[in-house]
Amino acid sequence: MADQAAFVSRQAARQPFEINQRQVQLDLWVRRIGKIGLLLNPVFAYFFLWAPIIVLIVFSFNAGRSVSTWEGFSTQWYQNIFSNTIAGGTEAARFTTENMLGAVRNSVIVGVGSTLLSTIIGTMVALSLVRGRFPGKKIIDSLLYLPVVIPEITQAISLAIFFKVVFDFVKLQTGLNPTTGFGTIIIGHVAFSISYVAIVVRARLADMNPRLEEAARDLGANEWRTFWRITFPLILPGVIAGALLAFTLSLDDFVITFFTSGIGTSTLPLFVYGMLKTRVPPEINAISTLMLVASTVLVAISLGLQGRNAARR
Amino acid sequence: MASIARLPTGRKQRGFLLALPAVLWLTLFFLLPVLIVFVVSFLSRGRGGVGDLPFTLANYERVITVFGPIITDSIWIAFVTTVICLLVGYPLAFFISTRHDPRMRSLALFMIILPFWTNFLVRTYALQTILGREGIINGVLSGLGLIGEPLSLLNTPEAVILGLVYGYLPFMVLPIYASVERFDFRYVEAAHDLGANDLRAFLRVVLPLTLPGVIAGFILVFIPTIGAFVTPDLLGGTRGIMIGNLIQQQFRGSGNQPLGSALSVVLMAMVMIALLIYVRFGDRES
Repeated sequence: MADQAAFVSRQAARQPFEINQRQVQLDLWVRRIGKIGLLLNPVFAYFFLWAPIIVLIVFSFNAGRSVSTWEGFSTQWYQNIFSNTIAGGTEAARFTTENMLGAVRNSVIVGVGSTLLSTIIGTMVALSLVRGRFPGKKIIDSLLYLPVVIPEITQAISLAIFFKVVFDFVKLQTGLNPTTGFGTIIIGHVAFSISYVAIVVRARLADMNPRLEEAARDLGANEWRTFWRITFPLILPGVIAGALLAFTLSLDDFVITFFTSGIGTSTLPLFVYGMLKTRVPPEINAISTLMLVASTVLVAISLGLQGRNAARR
Repeated sequence: MASIARLPTGRKQRGFLLALPAVLWLTLFFLLPVLIVFVVSFLSRGRGGVGDLPFTLANYERVITVFGPIITDSIWIAFVTTVICLLVGYPLAFFISTRHDPRMRSLALFMIILPFWTNFLVRTYALQTILGREGIINGVLSGLGLIGEPLSLLNTPEAVILGLVYGYLPFMVLPIYASVERFDFRYVEAAHDLGANDLRAFLRVVLPLTLPGVIAGFILVFIPTIGAFVTPDLLGGTRGIMIGNLIQQQFRGSGNQPLGSALSVVLMAMVMIALLIYVRFGDRES
């Protein structure tokens, strides 16, 4: 402290408005470098984020098999996808158009099923945590955050072991022979989606004025009626956003599906992974581009819905 | 009067009943499976690689003696990834949140999030094609005559780090953006008035006040990258292997499920430690 006081008095002893030219020059250089850095960084970052995707799209229209040399425009890979000649029809029988469309269908079945369940369960738990008063809320809160932070690979193998144990037990007790399939995939997807839906809906509920509900009850509406006439319409954008998030997560999921799917229930990511692990036919660029377009459309719809709701408020 | 007196208790019960499906689902299909993994991690390897009696600590012994190096490599890869994300993500978040035109700001943010909405496998594959022996980087470099032989960029730890940065950069940008957005830039003016230059103002004022966002971003990137599976699987080859790949290997065909479970428990422990550090030092507001 004494040092500091000495320093201050020494400073004061100098001329109060003496300008140190060297210091000013240095500060100006610091500012210039900072400005350049702040402009270069986004240029680099956006390039880094977008270049691989753009290269992927561009080369999906390449006439040759190469992913680096442009040999002219062609839509042959797209045609191949839909004419059952993926990889010239030579690849193992699993990469057929029929199997790919089957994988798309499976993805949609799993996506719709898990989204419906997780949206209902997630919205309910969000309501209970924001509006309810009961002991143990903090524990439920922590429980909800766990699937978000525990690594996917751990959740995946946990479910794999769990289903094996349960199925062995069922087999021993009843003689039935349950196997992994849509049911087990959906169970796994719901287990991680509930948390995301709950987080999104909860944020929406927290923004909502609770007096609106009180007013409805004062006017004689019972709780059921209050919920469907007041609360639900007001949190609907949050519920839709949560549902779209759950749907996207489900469509995107690879690791948990990989460990919980059965024969004939491969989803699109599993199909793509199989292709990547074998020989990477050039059609994969075209399939990836189509997936990109599909997810962009989904995001656009979701943003459109949210935008319209925001405008209406 | 009786109905009014009863109302609060009725709501109390309803509140809990609404939470019940989620609690049951997560207990049955999340907590219980994780608990089973914990138990299996102390079992011996039985026929077909599944767990069997007797109980043993041998799996953890093997995790440390045999897989210790890969675990430390994984921690290192996740750490480097997180630091790179921070170095790229902080200025980026700063750039976005200091755009004055709100439409420009939304667009800048949207351009960060959109790649993130596309399928993770597809994005990783996109990097694979760029880094490959016949990929565009090698194509351009040999086209310019800078290299004779194509560089082996794929199947290295560096490729894994690049892939992870590519996949998780938005997780760093978004929380920092939220922090910088809330920051009051009059503090910087005050610092300037008191004689600090830009660097000093940044280090002493801006950075400490946006630290909660930095810490949140650090955790949000570190946790998924430490348990990454797809990225090292597609970009890492045998040299860029991570703990997630080890776990997966023990569960395919006749692996060693108790050993894989022990690896999983160790992974969870590392994530929990990271979380505890966050809770201890992180953003107390949220």
